[in-house]
Amino acid sequence: MKPFTLVCVVTLFAVGACAQQGNTASSGQDTAALEQKVRDLEDRLVALEGQVRVLKAQAGQAPAATPGATSAETASQTPAPGESVAAAPSPVSLGGAGGSAAKALNPDISMIGDFVSYAGGNSIRPSPALEMHESELGVQAIIDPYARGDFFLTFGETGVGVEEGYITFTALPGSFVARVGKMRSAFGKVNGMHNHVLPFVDRPLVSQNLVGGEDGIDDAGLSVERIIPFPKGIFLSATGQVFRGDSGAGDELVFQSHQKSDVSTVAHLRGYGDLNESTNLELGLSYARGHNELGTNFITSLYGVDATVRWKPLRRAIYHSFVGRSEFIWSQRQQAPFEQRAFGMYGSAEYQFHRRWFVGGRYDWSDRPREANLTDKGGSAILTYWPSEFSQIRGQYRYTDYAGNHKTNELLLQLLFSLGAHGAHPF
Amino acid sequence: MNRVFSRAGSLLAVAVTMTACLFSPSIAAAKKLNVITATTDLAALVQEVGGDKINVESMAKGYQDPHFVEAKPSFLLKLRQADLLVVVGLQLEIGWLPPLITQCGNSRIQVGANGYLDASQFAEILEIPQGAITRAMGDVHPLGNPHYWLDPDNGRRVAKGIAAKLAEMDSEDAAYFQQRDQDFERRLAEADKKWLAAMAPYRGRKVITYHNSAPNFAHHFGLNVVGFVEPRPGIPPTPSHTLEVINMMKRDHVKLIMVEPYFDRKTPDSIARESGGTVVEYLPSVGGVKEVTTYFQLFDYDIALLTKAFQANP
Repeated sequence: MKPFTLVCVVTLFAVGACAQQGNTASSGQDTAALEQKVRDLEDRLVALEGQVRVLKAQAGQAPAATPGATSAETASQTPAPGESVAAAPSPVSLGGAGGSAAKALNPDISMIGDFVSYAGGNSIRPSPALEMHESELGVQAIIDPYARGDFFLTFGETGVGVEEGYITFTALPGSFVARVGKMRSAFGKVNGMHNHVLPFVDRPLVSQNLVGGEDGIDDAGLSVERIIPFPKGIFLSATGQVFRGDSGAGDELVFQSHQKSDVSTVAHLRGYGDLNESTNLELGLSYARGHNELGTNFITSLYGVDATVRWKPLRRAIYHSFVGRSEFIWSQRQQAPFEQRAFGMYGSAEYQFHRRWFVGGRYDWSDRPREANLTDKGGSAILTYWPSEFSQIRGQYRYTDYAGNHKTNELLLQLLFSLGAHGAHPF
Repeated sequence: MNRVFSRAGSLLAVAVTMTACLFSPSIAAAKKLNVITATTDLAALVQEVGGDKINVESMAKGYQDPHFVEAKPSFLLKLRQADLLVVVGLQLEIGWLPPLITQCGNSRIQVGANGYLDASQFAEILEIPQGAITRAMGDVHPLGNPHYWLDPDNGRRVAKGIAAKLAEMDSEDAAYFQQRDQDFERRLAEADKKWLAAMAPYRGRKVITYHNSAPNFAHHFGLNVVGFVEPRPGIPPTPSHTLEVINMMKRDHVKLIMVEPYFDRKTPDSIARESGGTVVEYLPSVGGVKEVTTYFQLFDYDIALLTKAFQANP
């Protein structure tokens, strides 16, 4: 409360000074001096207001002022009577001391809904007509001066999973950034993305065939990343990760751990350069190694190359942009009787032609990891409309030519919507 | 059991050394303070008080919408070297800065650390929402309007706060920063007199802005912002709202539409055509055009632009 008293005192003082100014306006010199004084007092008042804001943020009293004052003000400012305004914030008293303070230190909470509808037949990978594909709950906060925590829980229609849940140590010596917990691994580009940030409704065929499907390589372990100094403004970073060794399930299984030593490892090297202020190029090399479902002695190794080119004219950044991306992935899987060497790739492009409209296309090509002589191919076209930054409606036409001459034509409709303070996603 | 641990351990060691062996020993700290700012206006203020004892660079460009900056990895390289990060705050940078801070691996500039400075604490903040807010109101900033630097009084206050911070971080040059800050204050007070005099004939004039980015400017120079091209903050213009704006401009004799350089001119131009008004592309930030490189030039430019437009549209 002390800052408020100070603010009041200073305000009174300032008002007094203003009144005085009126009386002694006869002498120009006095006026100038008084003007200066008023300005100084105003500055002190603003500085104190700023301190009050900082203290409030620290003490965690949230944006609302003292509960009493707020409800009075909201009552007086209530707009048109017909409009149903969410109940004025009544002073909630949680158990224990400092209820509102405890509340303000709550993490940022967000919820993302991902609803998909499928039309057209697909006997190889059947999908339902209507599906609440995923509901993602994000809980994120700074833990202490040394670390932050991020949780993403995904609710499918049948169960709940921890998609990611990790602590990031941001204040390590030597500029290392370390993560511990369950996380999407740094293999390639698409593997690290959550469903709702994908440029398409689905993931490319190569992800589905070779890199663990929708969940991808997503496992419990630890990750260490460091930026490597490189001349000429080139950004280079290296990531090394060690996981328990379980990723994917059923047909999409990539790694399985049979004993404690069956850990899997992932390494990623990322290079980035600005070609000019609107265009940049990113290249990545990835490697992953783990044990497959056949046993400790059966190793699966994955190699990946990715390239992304982005264009966004700064003056019209909210209206136009382009992203072109391609990933090439090789899988080397030990199994009886022969080792299988499979290859897959995709190439995609997405162009924003209006503030709220995006159009895109993707070409898919991928062998199957267990029978590398079988190849699936396909293509997609997509149109996305963003009513605001917090929702998207998209329609995707997908043609797939599965191995064995199974041709499918499908239409995917998706609605994505986001509630709350979902933090920005990594570039 | 031991074998298991030693194997897991060796794998871990491999992963760590793989990353570790690739970096060169870090360079000894340079004498000049490295300052990085979110926007060009803050960089201009840092430059005013820091003089040649600091290096300063802004991440966003002056002609770019500061709400929507791409979190490019090249910024990480700059953040990594920074001794001090100055941000606008009030959640202006919420869409792009937090992941950069997390990833840069620089403990000096993490939120709450000594090298993290939120400049909004020094400024007078307008439009702090009272009561419940929802996204139905558009991109409302729950902590108040973040475009506070467009009031020279706030420029003075922020410069003073930056000078105090620089003095704290580099105590040898404390007197230098204080002296430069006082000099800046004096020059700003003089310039402000000139600006206020130029704008005095147009006090109380009604204007429209595209986004709600000029309340502090209007507050200082006595303009009356009566509407926005956007129906709600961050929501693109709709036909019905555009019609309302046109009717309102005709009814209330509003002649000027102030548009930020990063917005599409189509809607404001058609509003101007229909209502008989004029569009001016004002600069919300230093660097919005090439010639405007200092905090002073920003106001020089905008005030020359507005006074000319007011004269032409009485």
